[in-house]
Amino acid sequence: MGFVDRTILHVDMNCFYANVECLYHPELRDKPVAVGGDAEQRHGIILTKNYIAKGFGVQTGEALWQAKMKCPDIVILKPDYKKYIKFSKMASEIYSDYTDKIESFGLDECWIDLTGSTGLFGSGENVADELRSRIRFELGITASVGVSFNKIFSKLGSDMKKPDATTVITRENFKEKVWPLPSSDLLYVGRATKNKFRMYGIHTIGDIARADVQMLKYLLGVNGQMLWLFANGLDTSPVSNIGAKSLIKSIGNSTTTPRDLITDMDVKITLYVLCESVAERLREHQFVCSTVQINIRDNELFSYERQGKLAMPTCISQVIFEKAFELYKANVPGKPIRSIGVRACQLSLRETEQLSFLPEIERIQRRETVECTIDEIRRRFGHYSIRRGIMLMDKQLSNLDPKADHTIHPVAFLK
Amino acid sequence: MAMKIFVEVNVHYDLNGKMTPLSITWEDGRVFEIDRVMDCRRAASLKAGGQGLRFICRIRRKDVYLFYEDPVWFIEGKD
Repeated sequence: MGFVDRTILHVDMNCFYANVECLYHPELRDKPVAVGGDAEQRHGIILTKNYIAKGFGVQTGEALWQAKMKCPDIVILKPDYKKYIKFSKMASEIYSDYTDKIESFGLDECWIDLTGSTGLFGSGENVADELRSRIRFELGITASVGVSFNKIFSKLGSDMKKPDATTVITRENFKEKVWPLPSSDLLYVGRATKNKFRMYGIHTIGDIARADVQMLKYLLGVNGQMLWLFANGLDTSPVSNIGAKSLIKSIGNSTTTPRDLITDMDVKITLYVLCESVAERLREHQFVCSTVQINIRDNELFSYERQGKLAMPTCISQVIFEKAFELYKANVPGKPIRSIGVRACQLSLRETEQLSFLPEIERIQRRETVECTIDEIRRRFGHYSIRRGIMLMDKQLSNLDPKADHTIHPVAFLK
Repeated sequence: MAMKIFVEVNVHYDLNGKMTPLSITWEDGRVFEIDRVMDCRRAASLKAGGQGLRFICRIRRKDVYLFYEDPVWFIEGKD
């Protein structure tokens, strides 16, 4: 059998959150609309905007007041993640009619490997057009699709024509289509890399492709070589299977607090909330952690991370909290804290736990039983049905359920 | 602009859980028998602003789009 090129699609649902909201609010469809966080909870940034708002220069990530300055008539809606997850799931169901090689990249983006099923469903471009029309008909929103022979170019393709369009990048035309694009369009070329490239006269993706790979390696390390491969269409990373779960390396929660944290009590309350959530998630996955990490960002947006090892692996919130608080006390920032996070690292499975004759083991086991009971109570009666007394000290700070509130996790291409 | 009109629906569930709407109760209490379900598929209602299972129902020789948007039912109305 000869060499068969892969057929990979990248589907990007346009302005996903905003378009779902516009579907449910027909009266807003011809108005500038954005979905943004809660300004009172200080999550007030633009998450997505529709094309009309984009026309006013509104950008994802900017503060709501900035968006309002640019576009006074903008309608800002609160995010409804349940709805978005439902739509994302329905889109996946559509994709699974064609293949099981589906790798989602956030809620609104997805790679689909059709290499094995083009014989059944026709060329990549045909399937791309069919997917777009099905998404439009069944979900009432639009999507852009890129078709190519590797993941990187198909993602570039889905970005090139918007909304509701198919872009095909082949081995024959990628030099004309991809190479003139600015280097920052390539996955993993962020601001820092772009600036570095600029100093060496590398402005476009074509410049990266034509550069000396050794020079790029010297400039950016292994990533330099990776970007060179990307630019030359030599990326071979596979599209993972729909059921594949990525290996969990750490479990963490963080929050931007409703007001800046100043006293130890403020920090204690927030850390307890976060540690309880982390510990509950550890138990859910049958993990114990050996290292605790905290990250702190002050009100001038300076941030740092500190980590420490535990005496023995644990999944108990009290132990994780004590470590986290100790780390905080050893590294108290000079300024009020804007956001804080706790992460459990060096995970191992529960069954390989070290047994001990020490009396503290019994104490730990008792604590674990208590926390498992709390999990069960919360599962049946809700998160706020049972809480620590300290949570009553400041209800504004403790009014947070990180486990349930944060279902959207950022994704990384490199795992 | 079309409105989203929520209606009461009488539904038959078969052993596999497949739904067949039998009749619709209109806002003013009138009951309309569904003579036949012509089509059933997932669809968005751009007119009314919603998304769900769309049943094309033949009612008194007219085709009506009836949407099941878990857990409620609606039709696209005119005003």
